[in-house]
Amino acid sequence: MSSRSYCDGNAAAGELRDIFAVDITAAAGQCAACGMIGALAQGHLYAFEPGIVVRCAVCEHPLVRLVKGPGRAWLDLRGLVYLQLEVPSGQNS
Amino acid sequence: MARSRRRQHVDVRLRASDGYTAVRSYSIANAAHGDRVELTVEQVADGEVSPYLVHTLSPGDPLEIRGPLGGWFVWRPVSLEPVQLVAGGSGIVPLMAMIRTRAQTHLHAPFRLIYSVRTLEATIYSAELQQRAAEDDGLSVAYVYTRATPPGWPRAAQRIDAALIAENALPAKENPACFVCGPTAFVEAVAEFLGEAGYDSSRIKTERFGPSGGTS
Repeated sequence: MSSRSYCDGNAAAGELRDIFAVDITAAAGQCAACGMIGALAQGHLYAFEPGIVVRCAVCEHPLVRLVKGPGRAWLDLRGLVYLQLEVPSGQNS
Repeated sequence: MARSRRRQHVDVRLRASDGYTAVRSYSIANAAHGDRVELTVEQVADGEVSPYLVHTLSPGDPLEIRGPLGGWFVWRPVSLEPVQLVAGGSGIVPLMAMIRTRAQTHLHAPFRLIYSVRTLEATIYSAELQQRAAEDDGLSVAYVYTRATPPGWPRAAQRIDAALIAENALPAKENPACFVCGPTAFVEAVAEFLGEAGYDSSRIKTERFGPSGGTS
């Protein structure tokens, strides 16, 4: 797997914006496999139609898997323990 | 939505008449995102999208974009903390957006740029960087030429290394925010040099091109 080409998780922002109302790539997440905490933007993005996989930059465990089909999308987040999202001030109470 | 939040790139999608599509992410080069985005595109020799953008696309042609996107690899003009930028080749583009944003806001956090580029001729934004650095004490630019040096350059062509970072970067004890952008191998080497020199890894943000991004 490590020999396959990837780019930064940054580049997943477009696909993920179609699903989430906030920018998920800037969120910090914890890898369920190795415990690494970091921005999804720093993960390794493997983008092959019709889906994308964002893998942990340390252990390559899949954190986010998104597959799109006509009129629907499948999202698998089980590689993440949690996501810590920035909430605009004034909207968090 | 907070429209004023800075964003780092747009996705450009090309559609062929047979329905085939290709999408690439390009960094935004301008400071303000109003309703215009400036992209700097370097042609990749065997690329699928960049040759079309460089040679075929003409003023007035429609282009399908998604974005602006991505709030992570951005500098927000909210503090005066020092910033170290390290660019490899066309990795200068998102860092130029930060330099332009800084100039626009008059919040003069100290900025230092180390720009690794093949040759003088391959330098992007050369005149603008020279002018901005001359007019602004808070901005300094150091060049590393990897293939050929300009006439009279005091050192031989070389790749960036730990000694060059030690000589030109803001010291680790100032705890600068670091932004590193370039080809994958360049970014990973620079991040390692910074880590070994004692820079706080949580303050180092990186953006790598894919393996097809060429070398600098």
